[in-house]
Amino acid sequence: MKKIGFIVNPLAGIGGSVALKGSDGEEIVERAFELGAVCKSPERAISALKKLQPLKDKIEIVTCPEEMGENEAKSCGFLPVVIGSSFQRRTQASDTIHFAKEMLARNVEMILFAGGDGTARDIYDAVGTELPVVGIPAGTKMHSGIYATSPEDAGELAFLYLSGKQLKVKELEVMDIDEEAFRRGVVKAKLYGYLKIPDAPNFTQGTKGGGHQADDQFYLKGIAERIVTEMEQDIFYLVGSGTTCRAIMEKMGLENTLLGVDVVLNKKLVMKDVTEHQLLELLEQGKQSKIIVTPIGGQGYIFGRGNQQLSSRVIRKVGIKNVLVIATPSKIQSLPQHRLHVDTGEKEVDSMLKGAVRVISALNEVAVLEIV
Amino acid sequence: MNLTQKTKERIDAKRMINDRWRQSKWLEPLVYDLGSPGERGIIAVELEEEIRNVVGDPLDLLPKEILRKTPPHLPEVGQPRLMKHYVRLSQELTCEDNTTMFPLGTCTMKYNPKSHERIAETPRFTELHPRQDEKTVQGILEIMYKFQDYLKAISGFSSVSLQPACGSQGVFTNMRIIRSYQEDKGFGMDKKDEIITTVFSHPSNPATPAMSGYKVITLYPDETGFPSVEKFKAAISERTAGMIIGCPDDTGIYNPNIMEITKAVHDAGGLCILDSANANGYFGWARAKEAGFDMTHWNLHKSFSTPHGGAGPGAGPIAVREDLAKYLPTPKINFDGERYYWDYNLPSSVGVVRPFFGNTGVILRAFAWVTSLGGEGLREVTQTAVLNNNYLRMLLEKIPGVQVAYETKDRLHEIRWNLNQVYAETGVNSFQMIARICDYGVGDTFPSHFPYIVENPITPEPTETYSKEEIEEYAAIVKRVVEECYETPEIVMTAPHNSAMPHVPWETMFDPTQIAPCRTVWLKLQKK
Ligand SMILES: Cc1ncc(COP(=O)(O)O)c(C=O)c1O
Repeated sequence: MKKIGFIVNPLAGIGGSVALKGSDGEEIVERAFELGAVCKSPERAISALKKLQPLKDKIEIVTCPEEMGENEAKSCGFLPVVIGSSFQRRTQASDTIHFAKEMLARNVEMILFAGGDGTARDIYDAVGTELPVVGIPAGTKMHSGIYATSPEDAGELAFLYLSGKQLKVKELEVMDIDEEAFRRGVVKAKLYGYLKIPDAPNFTQGTKGGGHQADDQFYLKGIAERIVTEMEQDIFYLVGSGTTCRAIMEKMGLENTLLGVDVVLNKKLVMKDVTEHQLLELLEQGKQSKIIVTPIGGQGYIFGRGNQQLSSRVIRKVGIKNVLVIATPSKIQSLPQHRLHVDTGEKEVDSMLKGAVRVISALNEVAVLEIV
Repeated sequence: MNLTQKTKERIDAKRMINDRWRQSKWLEPLVYDLGSPGERGIIAVELEEEIRNVVGDPLDLLPKEILRKTPPHLPEVGQPRLMKHYVRLSQELTCEDNTTMFPLGTCTMKYNPKSHERIAETPRFTELHPRQDEKTVQGILEIMYKFQDYLKAISGFSSVSLQPACGSQGVFTNMRIIRSYQEDKGFGMDKKDEIITTVFSHPSNPATPAMSGYKVITLYPDETGFPSVEKFKAAISERTAGMIIGCPDDTGIYNPNIMEITKAVHDAGGLCILDSANANGYFGWARAKEAGFDMTHWNLHKSFSTPHGGAGPGAGPIAVREDLAKYLPTPKINFDGERYYWDYNLPSSVGVVRPFFGNTGVILRAFAWVTSLGGEGLREVTQTAVLNNNYLRMLLEKIPGVQVAYETKDRLHEIRWNLNQVYAETGVNSFQMIARICDYGVGDTFPSHFPYIVENPITPEPTETYSKEEIEEYAAIVKRVVEECYETPEIVMTAPHNSAMPHVPWETMFDPTQIAPCRTVWLKLQKK
């Protein structure tokens, strides 16, 4: 019997329904209920779980008490194994983390969860990339690329994975925005990390509504090969955050920081996970340098999200011409309106960066996008 | 009766739609699984005694080495059963051209006039062989030569090759010509190694330069639906060997800056290829040459009305400007004032891209089509196709949730639509909706070429073929299916229900363990 973890954040999306732009934090939840909000997330979780009904006798569902999964699983006709016992209070983020960790300890093969960006963060905090997960979109904020395109698609993706299809996994971004800032009208999304998602065409962002997705690994390797073969002697390469940048470091066999900036000189790692200050000092040495960055999937920021070290001052020093942008075709296709964004904190640098830009997308391919 | 407006509309829509369409569906086994051992379609007569006495056993006339040791594994089926078999298969699979409307899209699936089929069927044509002496095939050579003249007039270019067998091969040939041209100019791959294209150009447009060793630069569109001049300028450099784009591409948008763009490519020393597979949007109204291009190709199996079903045969002739003529494939057809002949003496040619001279049957039909229309007729084809498309647009735009992708207002022969809103509200995606549309007796509407830049895409192309009523019927069907997405989504998600081929979950189509490319594999799969 295959074991699958099932978590529902029953409060996900509750703020959105009454225009509160998010549901993180107890006060907001209370306020949402006062405004007459209803929980949509259990319903969405059920739509997804229904897709697993054909596997009823072949899988065991491990879930959390009551509305965090038990109720939904039972209403789909499953007899789940329930961890812990009933809550006498509203559920909260720490519950998600607690249960996800518990599921990991019980060796589930994957976790199917319903929520929004906050929930994805909690799952990430609990399990990282230890096991594959499938996200049922149910939140108000959905900046994370990890979510399936619809609850039904999430169910189907989990079904494919559990019915023994040889699916690859890919890592997608866990994003969250600062809700406080968002309520004031400022969108500031932050890159938290990566979750592992079964990779099947059609289901996750970037190929919404169908499609035959090319093998991301193929393109990642191609990008890395191109960058590394074209690397010049005696130039500092400031390699930014993300899995695409990591592929370059891996190609050279170098250690790397997934969510940080590493500095490479003559294909050797010279500084790891640098701060803005360290970068500025380094650039004082007068050597030429280049920045390598990749946009955040589903969103498009190349500066100002997940790589604040590469500040406007650093960019000025390096020079706009020396910014190399890399992204696989599937990531490019996941960007809203195929656009890139910058938020260096300095208007002038932002506007210098704006305009058409070449993005290396494979060994022998380049895409031209616009930074707006 | 006191009907609400909505009910009235529904009933009207219903009347327009053929609810009862069913595709023939037979539980027809493979021909190998029919019949029984010893069953024969034709029994060869025994040799008469007198003849046998003279020639002996006919098998003795064959050299021993070439005789088979074991009999061939052939089906053993009587004639009536065999006839039934193929009639059933044809009822299930073919005749799309005649039994449904709107088959596919962005493929310019237009009606194939049956009189042209008759012409292509005559033994005077079908009995020809490409290895025949030129003297004995002057008729078809003349037709091919004159067809080249048509293509010259349509494109504005001075030289044509009819050899490529499909659009992609035409694109490939043009790409090879760019390479030869640049090498002759001293710009080998070390100097010029980039080809520019757009993401809405056909996948063959980036694939063929990649095959030819080029790096490919793909431009993504702005909100307008096409890339800005600035994006082209960011892509163009001294490394630019050439550019290939569709104009209009599958969005039906004619890039208004095309002259400026082709000029910028020329200034950088590159050549410009127009992909004319969408010629239905400008036949006789615009020409590749005047838009600043240097070469082009057509899909005769699209714009020129020759059949497109069953994967061919197709034809992808190309036309190029004067100084590129020397690179065209070998052989080239010529006329010395008396006689048509093949010229093989072309030292700069890119070579042979397929055996012989091109798919002559397709060329013959296309020749018949252009001849029957004339220049004015071609202009009218485009006028009607564009009018039909914009009438369809007017009808589809009224359906909530059906949206034209991108802002540009003016569209030519087709439009890429998105059904995102319907998807967001019902969970039914455009691929499922398309399968359901088929249930009403309409061909499979094309979603989009890869990659799916527009989410939940659908790209109907009415061409000049369909009447006002048929276009209205199609729009009514789309409206009905969208309503079904809200009312009975399961029906749409599990469509088609009325086709010979039932709903196939898409993931099985990409699963090599479930695909049987031949009977042996199929038998193995059956055993599992
Ligand atoms: C714009 C365009 N160019 C080229 C082609 C390739 O033609 P073919 O399928 O004959 O290779 C197509 C086919 O769909 C097309 O739509």
